[in-house]
Amino acid sequence: MAEVLVLIDHAEGRITKPAAEALTLARRLGAPGAVVFGAQASVVDDVQSYGAERLYLVGVPSGESPSPADRARTLASLVSEREPALVLIPTASDGNEVGARLAVLVRSGIVTDAVDLVSEDGVPVAVKSVLAGGFTTTARVTRGTPIVTVKPNSVTPDKASGACTSTDIALVTGHTRDVTLVSRERRAVSERPDLTEAAVVVAGGRGTGGDFAAVERLADALGGAVGASRAAVDAGWYPHACQVGQTGKVVSPQLYIANGISGAIQHRAGMQTSKLIVAVNKDVEAPIFDLADFGVVGDLHTVLPATIDGIAARGSA
Amino acid sequence: MVNIVVAVKHVSGSADETVFEDDLTIDRTGSDGHLSELDEYAVEQALVLKDHLGDGATVTALTVGPAGASDALAKALQMGADDAVHVCDDAIAGSDALGTAVVLAAAIGRLQHDVVVFGIASTDGWMGVIPSMVSELLELPVLSRASEVTVAGQTVRVRRDDDTESRVLEADMPLLVSVTDQSGEPRYPSFKGIMAAKKKPVLTWSLPDLGVDDALVGAQGSCVAVMEVTTRPPRGKGVLVTDESGSGAAELVDFLSTHKFV
Repeated sequence: MAEVLVLIDHAEGRITKPAAEALTLARRLGAPGAVVFGAQASVVDDVQSYGAERLYLVGVPSGESPSPADRARTLASLVSEREPALVLIPTASDGNEVGARLAVLVRSGIVTDAVDLVSEDGVPVAVKSVLAGGFTTTARVTRGTPIVTVKPNSVTPDKASGACTSTDIALVTGHTRDVTLVSRERRAVSERPDLTEAAVVVAGGRGTGGDFAAVERLADALGGAVGASRAAVDAGWYPHACQVGQTGKVVSPQLYIANGISGAIQHRAGMQTSKLIVAVNKDVEAPIFDLADFGVVGDLHTVLPATIDGIAARGSA
Repeated sequence: MVNIVVAVKHVSGSADETVFEDDLTIDRTGSDGHLSELDEYAVEQALVLKDHLGDGATVTALTVGPAGASDALAKALQMGADDAVHVCDDAIAGSDALGTAVVLAAAIGRLQHDVVVFGIASTDGWMGVIPSMVSELLELPVLSRASEVTVAGQTVRVRRDDDTESRVLEADMPLLVSVTDQSGEPRYPSFKGIMAAKKKPVLTWSLPDLGVDDALVGAQGSCVAVMEVTTRPPRGKGVLVTDESGSGAAELVDFLSTHKFV
């Protein structure tokens, strides 16, 4: 069976959920070969449990995550050696940068931001949501080794059994003149679920007036993540990392609750593929209500606290 | 003296009005196109860099696209770019990202390019891969997704904000930078700027001018085939209630409960 190379992100010795999703998708097209940069051999159990038949452990001398350029070079050398049917890369953080460089290095086509991947007679066909989510396209690579980057939540990770062989390979480095890291600052890690992976997202916009307390409490009551509209982020009320929309995160949760968000196209592009959409807004004319499965015309400052109390009452009933 | 090249894209109308042609490419002939909003941030940062560098630094706006794409260059010139280059050739239509990057890299290679500035993505294709591809083709270091850009001498420094960390990175010229919409609000063209733009030089280059093999570009050279385009079905009509002394919250809790979120 053809091999499918999958770039695997990991944190604290475990592979990420998008990596598990990518391995699950890869199995539709061939035998997954997991490519892992700078991880312990312990990830072998993880990748094996999602059906990887081979594991390429790339040694990283500095301990720092290699640049997209170096990861792309290493993948390019594996592509020429293994001649895979497909290279799959999760979009998380800088996956598209790695994929873009790989496309240049191996002169192949790339499809980015796939939300699904299927095999049509063994040919990988990527499904994309384009133009602010208004259209769905299917595309395939017609030249070279297909490179596809996949968005989080494209598939439910599915375990598989089988044996996995591990091989150590060397990092391939490129540009002699590269960038210098001057300083770095870790962000405080939220206790809440990751915005792009959460099953429930509760978001606030201009209508919060800058007070996100009720939005956060509702998110916590539902075990969800907190999002914000661009207006709220631009006003400095909430961090850009939480922005939902075209220039922020594109989310597709089971439930999205938009509070005090009018629903400009740039926001809709980030959330309109959510399974269920709830909107709370004072303005009955707000375009967000056109998308909403359930809308409440009212003041979020009274509706949200009462909803949180109502949920608590159900919970203790 | 330093020359800054800023790459800009002309995009058609808003996503609501986008039309696909029979060959599944986007109709780019519409008259209401404009400079991609995210590229306005790139023009802004190019102009800010020019101001900081002083000493005769210049900004060249560059686009690849059909005749109408010159509107995007006009906007960049009105904002303050000094001159512009329009790569225009019928053979380019239908190019994939790699083909577009090859053309851009060839054009940038012909210009003095101490700093090359890109937006993070176009507001139509939205792949965000072109800066990395051009960087790879020209072997330029790249400072990508910058939310803050400064320059000191020959060194450009940026701040990049990712989900788990913020990093300050720097590289020496020549280099490529891509900037986000957090990098600083783009300026509006002044009346003086609009008048001055009419006299600024705009060069038009064809593929033979650039020495680009047209086997790499256009629909023929594309490495990707779009097979099908479907319109997203409209969402079903939802329920709208008006909150009256707590009724809205009660009905919302019922809705959440029905769908097993509570």
